[in-house]
Amino acid sequence: MSDITLSHGTAVTPIPAAQLFPWALFGGILMLLALYFVSTEEGAARLLSGLEVHEFVHDGRHLLGFPCH
Amino acid sequence: MTGHLLLRGMIAGLVAGLIAFGFARLYGEPQVDRAIAFEELMAAAEAPAGAPEEPEAVSRQTQAGIGLFTGVVTYAVAMGGIFSLVFAGLYGRVGRLSPRALALVLGAAAFVALVVVPDLKYPPNPPAVGDPETIGVRTGLFFVTLAASIFALSLAVAFARRLGEQWGRWNGAIVAGVAYVAFLTIVFRLLPAINEVPENFPALTLYEFRLATVGLQAVLWTALALVFGYLAERSLQQSGNYRALAAKF
Repeated sequence: MSDITLSHGTAVTPIPAAQLFPWALFGGILMLLALYFVSTEEGAARLLSGLEVHEFVHDGRHLLGFPCH
Repeated sequence: MTGHLLLRGMIAGLVAGLIAFGFARLYGEPQVDRAIAFEELMAAAEAPAGAPEEPEAVSRQTQAGIGLFTGVVTYAVAMGGIFSLVFAGLYGRVGRLSPRALALVLGAAAFVALVVVPDLKYPPNPPAVGDPETIGVRTGLFFVTLAASIFALSLAVAFARRLGEQWGRWNGAIVAGVAYVAFLTIVFRLLPAINEVPENFPALTLYEFRLATVGLQAVLWTALALVFGYLAERSLQQSGNYRALAAKF
């Protein structure tokens, strides 16, 4: 441990980028897909037919601030 | 380590989502109900007497209950996951903030970038406000604003750090802050204004609805940042990525 980190009273070690990347990629895509279904599906864009997803998350979509209707 | 943080981010998101759901039930739903009552009043005035009512695909009870729950909790868990990934990337690379402090700063930044800035240009609207014909344009403009907001804040932070090395942190932050506001002002002026509020829509309902949406997000991000900070600090301590040598506070 270097003197610099000691003088600040803490040791803060970053997570190596190579270890982070696969998690960021797959986790990020999954999370964004979930957000898409809450925010946009059966509104401005659609992957499924019908209006069930839109109607089901209707109140959440309005209250979370996404454009709806 | 990243996997551990991702899991904790999603757990923090779940906790934040449950609290935000409670807030939405208490302060959001009354406004949604009032807006729908207005919508039905307008529809009844236009439709000829005795016209059949529109069939509901999902009942109001479901929308305001399990539907709202699913929407808010999914949003919060997904945001918690993304939050933890951004945290994992910035930890130890932006200053020497402790995990709890970094989580709090990041939560405040997310609230500004994802909620405050987009809302200034395109504020959330209750049911009965918004033309279904323009949903594509409105959604597009909303996400463009969101992207510009995230881009501007990230760049401003990088800019402030770079300038701070030359001119001192205080001056660097002021210059970067001015550049941030100037950039967003230009973006806001370039994007078209949208106003689809019906002429006789009750002003108080609109105001209270919008207030509730900001409150919901404030509750969500505060809870997310605090819970994640606690969980992440314990986890990083165990993995040896964090060691507190100073007095506890």
